[in-house]
Amino acid sequence: MNETYSALAAFAQTWGLLYFVALFACVLAYALSPRRRQEFDAAARLPLSED
Amino acid sequence: MPQAAMGAAPDPVGVPRQIQKSLTFGEGGLAATFVLLALSSLTVASGAETAAYAFHAYLTALASIAAVFVIINHHVERPAALPAREIDGRPNYNFGPVKFATVAAVFWGIAGFLVGVIIAFQLAFPALNFDLPWTAFGRLRPLHTSAVIFAFGGNVLIGTSFYVVQRTCHARLVGYLAPWFVVLGYNFFIVVAGTGYLLGITQGKEYAEPEWYADLWLTVVWVTYLMVFLGTIWRRREPHIYVANWFYLAFIVTIAVLHLGNNAAVPVSIYSPKSYIVWSGVQDAMVQWWYGHNAVGFFLTAGFLAIMYYFIPKRAERPVYSYRLSIVHFWALIFIYIWAGPHHLHYTALPDWAQTLGMTFSIILWMPSWGGMINGLMTLSGAWDKLRTDPVLRMLVVSVAFYGMSTFEGPMMSVKSVNSLSHYTDWTIGHVHSGALGWVAYISFGAIYCLVPWLWNRRQLYSLKLVNWHFWISTLGIVFYISAMWVAGILQGLMWRAYTSLGFLEYSFIETVEAMHPFYVIRAIGGVLFLVGALIMAFNLWMTVRSPDVEAAVSPAQNPALLPAE
Repeated sequence: MNETYSALAAFAQTWGLLYFVALFACVLAYALSPRRRQEFDAAARLPLSED
Repeated sequence: MPQAAMGAAPDPVGVPRQIQKSLTFGEGGLAATFVLLALSSLTVASGAETAAYAFHAYLTALASIAAVFVIINHHVERPAALPAREIDGRPNYNFGPVKFATVAAVFWGIAGFLVGVIIAFQLAFPALNFDLPWTAFGRLRPLHTSAVIFAFGGNVLIGTSFYVVQRTCHARLVGYLAPWFVVLGYNFFIVVAGTGYLLGITQGKEYAEPEWYADLWLTVVWVTYLMVFLGTIWRRREPHIYVANWFYLAFIVTIAVLHLGNNAAVPVSIYSPKSYIVWSGVQDAMVQWWYGHNAVGFFLTAGFLAIMYYFIPKRAERPVYSYRLSIVHFWALIFIYIWAGPHHLHYTALPDWAQTLGMTFSIILWMPSWGGMINGLMTLSGAWDKLRTDPVLRMLVVSVAFYGMSTFEGPMMSVKSVNSLSHYTDWTIGHVHSGALGWVAYISFGAIYCLVPWLWNRRQLYSLKLVNWHFWISTLGIVFYISAMWVAGILQGLMWRAYTSLGFLEYSFIETVEAMHPFYVIRAIGGVLFLVGALIMAFNLWMTVRSPDVEAAVSPAQNPALLPAE
């Protein structure tokens, strides 16, 4: 029981942490990329620009 | 060719071909399914082990027969062609189900607030339990929580999601009967769940009280909901999927997963309402609070954040403050919320590390929650003056402020040392209500005040003055409620942990109950004020729909909301 816990905890504290950091970096890269500035500026006005 | 000619009379040459009205697959299939459901319900009713279960079986049979009648009748009445997706190149929106959900939300909201007021008075004056099983606090309390969360909140979410997904995708809702099946089927689930509580049918899981057969029905309704929502996004004409739709989608998908996980139960028999959950012991507790806290996170937060991201920009006539922040907000919120459940099980048999994990993620949640709050509030930049003149916008903005307050309080209470004082006390109840009344109900009221004139083609609400009254009366009610519960909770927690110099507990339990009495009365008065506010809203909405003098005289070009509703 204790070994299972240590193994799981070790996994979570290394790979789990890296996974979350990497995921967050991807989200930031997607959200902040200058290439998408125009798309997102337009999207921010989407509720206002209805047919 | 010859076979076709033999099978059907050929079209007369030169005469424009009429569209033949035929039963669609959906109409025929759904009617047949309901016939089968009615027959099997009657079979179950004949052998039901309890009278309450037989009542539900008869209710299902009755509703199924009514559904068959409505489907066939509707088929006979409708024109041959199904409604077009577009008329003159513009989407032919389907707002019928949205209207139904909006009316249902107002009705259930008032019912749920009323039951809340009743049980608040029961706590202050226990004689009001009347010594009857059906009116006992233990049965009325789940009636209140389910009525406000699932009946009121659920109808607001289904209604607004069907509205927002159409308007931001520029596409008609997918399905002809499916959207109606979702709203009517969901409300039927509410009726079964609510009457079940009163009759004593419950599986005893907080916020997941309905028994296996109601859960199965909800699963069918919910999967249809997901299909309709996804299908509408799929057929969108706007290339970008607006952030509100992401939040709605996260809400729908996660609730489906939570519902299945927490209701994995085996019924005793098809003739019995009783079932046993497959999880046992502390695992069951963990699954329950993984469900319970994510019902807060995805039902009461993600879904209503979708409302924030659509209705605040719309009402303030300002773009979203930072669309980039909204993307980070979305992904951070959904990835972190799902881990926070164990904070409901501090100092229990749950392993210590799991408790710490839940606490840690709850604290990390501060970031996305406040990011979202700031994004909602700052959307008003350049339009702050509207708060002075538009009480609907004020309601929406105050709801976001309450969201910020309760998402500050929540992580704080999840810290173990704070939790050792707050847990099992009325502080928790106060925290829940600052979120439920201040955030969820206020953003819903704001959305409903926006929706009703749009849906019923009215230029504006019957009276903004009444909205103002609603706002101030119910705000006073919330302040009464949560401050009474803060004082009561902390007092209760301190009394429970007080020791004498000899190491004995200073107070007996009943002494702590007695000390609560004045705060319970204040809380009940707060609840009455909140209910009065909601009644004012219902009157205002009724008059908005009924009064011809506020009927819009503008052309569709001036007001894009004036499109054919059906």
